[in-house]
Amino acid sequence: MSTESHAHAVHRDDFGAKLGMWLFLVTEINLFGGLFIAYSYMRHKYPAEFHHGGAELNATLGVTNTIVLLTSSLTVVLAIMAMQRGKAALSRAYLLTTVGFGITFLVIKTFEWSAKFHHGLYPSAPHLGTLPHGEQIFFGLYFTMTGLHGLHVLVGMCLLFVISNLVKSGKITQSKYVLLENGGLYWHLVDVIWIFLLPLFYLAA
Amino acid sequence: MSTSTAESNYLEYEGRHSGLLGWLLSTDHKRVAILYLVSMVTFFFAGVSAGFVMRLVQLTPFHKLITAQTYNALFTFHGVVMIFLFVIPGLNAVFGNFILPIIIGAKDVAFPRLNLASWYFFIGGALIAVTALFTGNGPPDTGWSFYAPFSIKSGTNVSLGVFAAFILGFSSMLTGINFVTTIHRLRAPGMTFFKMPLFPWALYATSWMQILATPVLAVTLVLVILERAFGIGVFDPAKGGDPVLYQHMFWMYSHPAVYIMILPAMGAISEILPTFSQRTIFGYKAIAGSSIAIAGFGSLVWAHHMFTSGMSAFGNILFSFLTMVVAVPSAIKVFNWIATLYKGSVNFQPPLLYALSFIFLFSIGGMTGVWQGALALDVHLHDTYFIVGHFHYVMFGGTGFAFFAALLYWFPKMFGKMYSNTAAYVAWFFLFIGFNGLYFTMLVLGMQGMPRRYYAHLPQYHLGHVIATVGSWVLILGLLLFFGSLLYAVFRGKKASANPWHGVTLEWTVPSPPPVENFDEIPEVSQGPYHFPSEVAL
Amino acid sequence: MSEISTQPNDHPTAHPSYRTVITVWVALVVLTGCLVFLSHFGLRAAVWGLLTITPVKAALVFYFFMHLRYEDPLLKGVMLVAIITLLIFLVLLFSDVAFA
Repeated sequence: MSTESHAHAVHRDDFGAKLGMWLFLVTEINLFGGLFIAYSYMRHKYPAEFHHGGAELNATLGVTNTIVLLTSSLTVVLAIMAMQRGKAALSRAYLLTTVGFGITFLVIKTFEWSAKFHHGLYPSAPHLGTLPHGEQIFFGLYFTMTGLHGLHVLVGMCLLFVISNLVKSGKITQSKYVLLENGGLYWHLVDVIWIFLLPLFYLAA
Repeated sequence: MSTSTAESNYLEYEGRHSGLLGWLLSTDHKRVAILYLVSMVTFFFAGVSAGFVMRLVQLTPFHKLITAQTYNALFTFHGVVMIFLFVIPGLNAVFGNFILPIIIGAKDVAFPRLNLASWYFFIGGALIAVTALFTGNGPPDTGWSFYAPFSIKSGTNVSLGVFAAFILGFSSMLTGINFVTTIHRLRAPGMTFFKMPLFPWALYATSWMQILATPVLAVTLVLVILERAFGIGVFDPAKGGDPVLYQHMFWMYSHPAVYIMILPAMGAISEILPTFSQRTIFGYKAIAGSSIAIAGFGSLVWAHHMFTSGMSAFGNILFSFLTMVVAVPSAIKVFNWIATLYKGSVNFQPPLLYALSFIFLFSIGGMTGVWQGALALDVHLHDTYFIVGHFHYVMFGGTGFAFFAALLYWFPKMFGKMYSNTAAYVAWFFLFIGFNGLYFTMLVLGMQGMPRRYYAHLPQYHLGHVIATVGSWVLILGLLLFFGSLLYAVFRGKKASANPWHGVTLEWTVPSPPPVENFDEIPEVSQGPYHFPSEVAL
Repeated sequence: MSEISTQPNDHPTAHPSYRTVITVWVALVVLTGCLVFLSHFGLRAAVWGLLTITPVKAALVFYFFMHLRYEDPLLKGVMLVAIITLLIFLVLLFSDVAFA
């Protein structure tokens, strides 16, 4: 029977935590990277059909969503900067604003997807089945990639919401905010992925 | 008798939870390693049982033992269990977890709770795989590689099986993240990268591959599930999709995966040989560098699994060339290991015997791999028993035997007990004879043209199948002897000292079994890892 | 109690200022605008935009928003390894596909 209390690995290593987070981001980059590889393969195979499919998408909504995410990245950075300056309430406000932008993004996405469903442009839709193969693949990839991205937006929002609560309860402070930084990193990656998705599907297709 | 009055060892320790919960909720890397060991050996024997039945079917009186559909499900099960539940976690999960922090002078890994979570992902994935066997329309029958378009069309439980592999991938990725961070942040003061022993070097290279390659498989499997559920079309020719794209994406992970399987094994061999030669490893930097080179080049050769899939001639030639290149760093290791023994003070013990067997068996596996990399040969050898023989030589003769060697080497440290040398030698005899009887025969059968994954075979192949099946029985006997004797030793073995093999790396400086936090004080390191005091300068 | 061996740049010495982050955000929005503008000139211009402007946008987010500019070279190395790996996969894949 041990007589010591098990002070297991009590050391704090902020850089290690950040390193671990960056390595996790690498896995996310390669996850979407696999899809980008599939996209490149298929685009090479069906250049004209991808162009045609891209024309069906609403570029205005796509660009709007891009601005939404870019601004949300800014607010996350501002949240961190506020925490660095000891302004917990302001930091929390910025975090909740970021979550708000995330909600906006998903709402716009819902409109986009509903419009596609309405026009019969979803995987296994009878109408889609009548279109050329390349367009079927285009929309298959569109829903897969924006869907997986949307899932990550949702996860990011939940993460930032939890972090905002940790700020509120004082578990994240001016001298101990690596969790906030790591949450921000995840959110920025979600933004970067969309930065690539925009031209791939809406603009340069 | 505990080693100090205050600190009990990690096996006896009772913290917040006691008994079984104390093991299931422990974030101590040593306990997590034992959790992996117990579960992995269990899965290994499940895979062995499937293999046993498969071999039995190839014997005339048992040919109708099972249906062809069941046979397909069996080899799928055998592949999935052996690859995802035993060889890929492999030495990484068991010995990486147990030894890594100690050998670099740390008290635990960088993220102990994430480490426990990784094991739960592992068990979760395994449970989902088992569920896939008994629900829906029956166990997947696509082979462990789940090739499209059959994996899209098959009525069996492919989605669940593929989802199991997806969950298992998290275990691998999170372990990789943990180990890279541990190696960067928790090395003992004075232990630079080039003063680090070769096992952590191997784990470092492996972890990078786990981080970089596993997500590609994850997304490929997600695409299969989406394809089956929603018909997105990327792999379905009827919608303009391309099954060859599936193969590219699948092998982009699954080829680096084989290096994930072998590098920790090679790392363990690099630890065993210096200890039993009582001299420093030959070419330390070359071996360290070759681990990184294998990880790097291993990511460039995936399409050598696809030579007959309809790729362009240029693609075929390029990947064939790159495949030849990737063999070089492995060869460097083999030569350096052998050179380590030269003029060493050789202490012949079971770990050394199994390590030497590794070198022999892995070399056969590696060389047959090079032959398969030659385009003209591969046209004939692809999808034959030659391939099956090849990968069993590298995965089983290689990683498997290295797993056995590492277990024999680190057993006294892990359990504080010593096993019977005689039992280890007798088991080796059956293992070695059985292994070669089973798999060398497969190499011959393959060259004669016997296709793989076939339920039935033509009469001309029958003798080979009989020999192979008998070999499998001898091999299984060896496995039972091996694990049986070790299991006995865990409970009834003689007490082992802290350093029974006179090793010089840091794990041999702590008691056997180690205390919970490994070190009372973190050691300071000032010299290279394989400094043997008794070594005669050459 | 053990100490972690001190590693370089445990705490980055610099942080971006408010002005820097706002400027970066403006640049990102402007670049997005450029991308849209280019896409009106046909497919080729749009693809060139994709290949040049988009990596710049991503780099701005990585460097400033994700703080990579001010971090230890190790983190920059980690990102470099990831990007190079993906590029290698893409290039090697196309070594086959382009000749099919």
